[in-house]
Amino acid sequence: MGLEAKLTQDGFITTTIDSVIAWARKSSVWPMPMGISCCAIEMIAAADPKYDIARFGSEVMRFTPRQCDLMIVAGTVTYKMAQVVRRIYDQMPDPKWVIAMGACTSSGGMYRSYNVVQGIDQFLPVDVYTAGCPPRPENLLNALMTIQEKIGKTKARDYQNRSLKELELSQI
Amino acid sequence: MDRIAQIYNEEKIYKKLLEDKNITIDDALENEMVINMGPQHPATHGVLRLVLRLDGETVTGIVPELGYLHRGYEKMAENMSYIEYIPHTDRLDYTGTMCNNVAYVLAVEKLIGIEAPKRAQYIRMIVAELSRIAAHMVAIGTFAMDVGAVTMVMWTFREREKLQNIFDRLAGARFTTSYTRIGGVASDMDDEAIAMTRKFLEELEPSLVEMDKLLLGNRIFIERLEGIGILPKEDAIALGVTGPNLRASGVDYDVRRAKPYLFYNEIDFKIPTYQQGDALSRYYLRGDEVRESVKILFQCLDKIPQGEVNANEPKKVLPHKTEIYSKMEELIHDFMLINQGINPPVGDTYFSVENPKGELGFYIVSNGTGQPWKLKIHSPSFCNLQAISQLCNGAMVSDVIAIIGSLDPVMGEADK
Amino acid sequence: MNLKELITDKVKEKFGAALEEVSDFRDDLCLTIKNNQIVQLAKFLKEDTELEFVMLKDVTAIDWATRKKRFTAVYHVYSFKLNYTLRIKANIDDDPPAIESVTPVWRSAEWYERETWDMYGIKFINHPDLRRMYMPEGFEHHPLRKDFPVLGIPGSLPLPYKAE
Repeated sequence: MGLEAKLTQDGFITTTIDSVIAWARKSSVWPMPMGISCCAIEMIAAADPKYDIARFGSEVMRFTPRQCDLMIVAGTVTYKMAQVVRRIYDQMPDPKWVIAMGACTSSGGMYRSYNVVQGIDQFLPVDVYTAGCPPRPENLLNALMTIQEKIGKTKARDYQNRSLKELELSQI
Repeated sequence: MDRIAQIYNEEKIYKKLLEDKNITIDDALENEMVINMGPQHPATHGVLRLVLRLDGETVTGIVPELGYLHRGYEKMAENMSYIEYIPHTDRLDYTGTMCNNVAYVLAVEKLIGIEAPKRAQYIRMIVAELSRIAAHMVAIGTFAMDVGAVTMVMWTFREREKLQNIFDRLAGARFTTSYTRIGGVASDMDDEAIAMTRKFLEELEPSLVEMDKLLLGNRIFIERLEGIGILPKEDAIALGVTGPNLRASGVDYDVRRAKPYLFYNEIDFKIPTYQQGDALSRYYLRGDEVRESVKILFQCLDKIPQGEVNANEPKKVLPHKTEIYSKMEELIHDFMLINQGINPPVGDTYFSVENPKGELGFYIVSNGTGQPWKLKIHSPSFCNLQAISQLCNGAMVSDVIAIIGSLDPVMGEADK
Repeated sequence: MNLKELITDKVKEKFGAALEEVSDFRDDLCLTIKNNQIVQLAKFLKEDTELEFVMLKDVTAIDWATRKKRFTAVYHVYSFKLNYTLRIKANIDDDPPAIESVTPVWRSAEWYERETWDMYGIKFINHPDLRRMYMPEGFEHHPLRKDFPVLGIPGSLPLPYKAE
């Protein structure tokens, strides 16, 4: 990392609070595996010994939305499921991010039919779209790195400015 | 601000409820409770939703709700040609994709009355058995994970990765392969793929022993599952349960043996059955099936003949890309096939194969045009799920998870 | 005796004129029966000691769109004894379409008939729990009918609101 080498020389580093918080935040993203269909298998594959999502600090897949800050929507979202996805997203605490994994979630993909939502961005704010049907695990990891890059640029006061009451309420 | 006001209002209601002296703790304990499980739940294998009525910890009523992954496959099939539909079959049972490809093209071939060359049929057998192993690896791994043995899923996915490398070599995709074509397969299986398969099979046997050691000597695992979710033989038949779940209840029915397709009649293999019909025997049976698949695969690799991989039926089978670019006649055939599609005779056929989850059947009604008039998928997971109400009634709430895991539904297929 | 002849002869003997059509395409035997006789035929096929079609594999329907008898109900039944899959069809000419449910004979028909009701709007009389299978409750259309567009009817299915 280079950080240790620096510390042995001088014993201290100079940085900003924002970058320390962003660094900590981006290295411990807890995903909420919203596994719906085929992509869920590749999402598990990304967590398996070969691809090992733990290298990026995201191996803690939590199935309760209250403990997560990244939702990976993996699979075709139907109109019936859309209500559930939105409800789970609403339960996640701020700050939170969304990966639209695969063609179906991004745009409806090959399912041009009456019951498939043509892209989850119709009801969710999406941060990263991932191409592929399904995307290979490498591609999911790439999306995760993109999210990390995005988190790295956030400032702590982006979330500080909102009053505590309002933050709490938005989580109900 | 409206939203915040609304939330405050709701909070007031909660407070009022808490302060209500008429509701006592005893009432709350005596009453039946209705809980909602899924569609987002780690153990429901995708998006199955169960509404459970509980008396204490005992399930007294259960209503499964499906349709959270209903993608309209049958409607889409009516609006595309027979060739176009092949990629869609991948995503039916997405744990063992090649089996679905094989089932679909065999059904269409039955309808239009052609047969693939012998080598292609052997390749189809090989890929179907490989994906049976892949599907059972997911089934065993996630089942063990659901009941608490998380290590297992890592080990089974390690094996799956090797399989997906083989599929990658064959079809260029890890698991949505779309490998088969009407009248043959997309590309020939080269020597390296065969060598990879052999190497995989040789490595699989010791790791199966390793997996058995982990789980079958594990008292917690066995006592958790033994005698849970017993499905008697008569009920299994009456409920239309298929595949491993049917065989674990003691019915010796496997489409590969009952109505042999491809060259399964030339292969020596056993149909494992168990009599108990509980969750544990369903688990054992999947392990046994993997071993039988290994046996079948070794025989196929020994017997696979040389020759063409696509049938010589220019009006029905897509020509190879290099021929389209260099020969006039092939170009015309390709144009006609893509624009008008295969025009099968008027009629309807039903064809079924043995998939990892059970019997997958395609019922196709043709009116002589390039698109099917109707295509009905008889999906095994849907049939197996129908047994869930009977199995869970009277069980403990924690057993519900074990029962779903042992039935092993894939919602992509059950919801269509 | 040939298996198909055995089945056809037995059904013909029992039902006579109610058996409308016998077809044999690509080695699949298919019997078309008058729609008011479907439960009797189901009982007969299941209980006859020589046939024993104990397992119902599938129930579906076909929408012929322009034909006078618009819908056809299709059943696939399997006999372990004969190792044979038989197809039964019944043309439906009622409006709204309705046919007797075979759930009392084969329990597995429950979900298959619910699915067919959801997709085609064919009412199964005496069905214990005729609800929609896949589509949400409150949805008004039946997607697999030929007059339903593949892309759906805009506004028929709600989406959750998008946050600002």
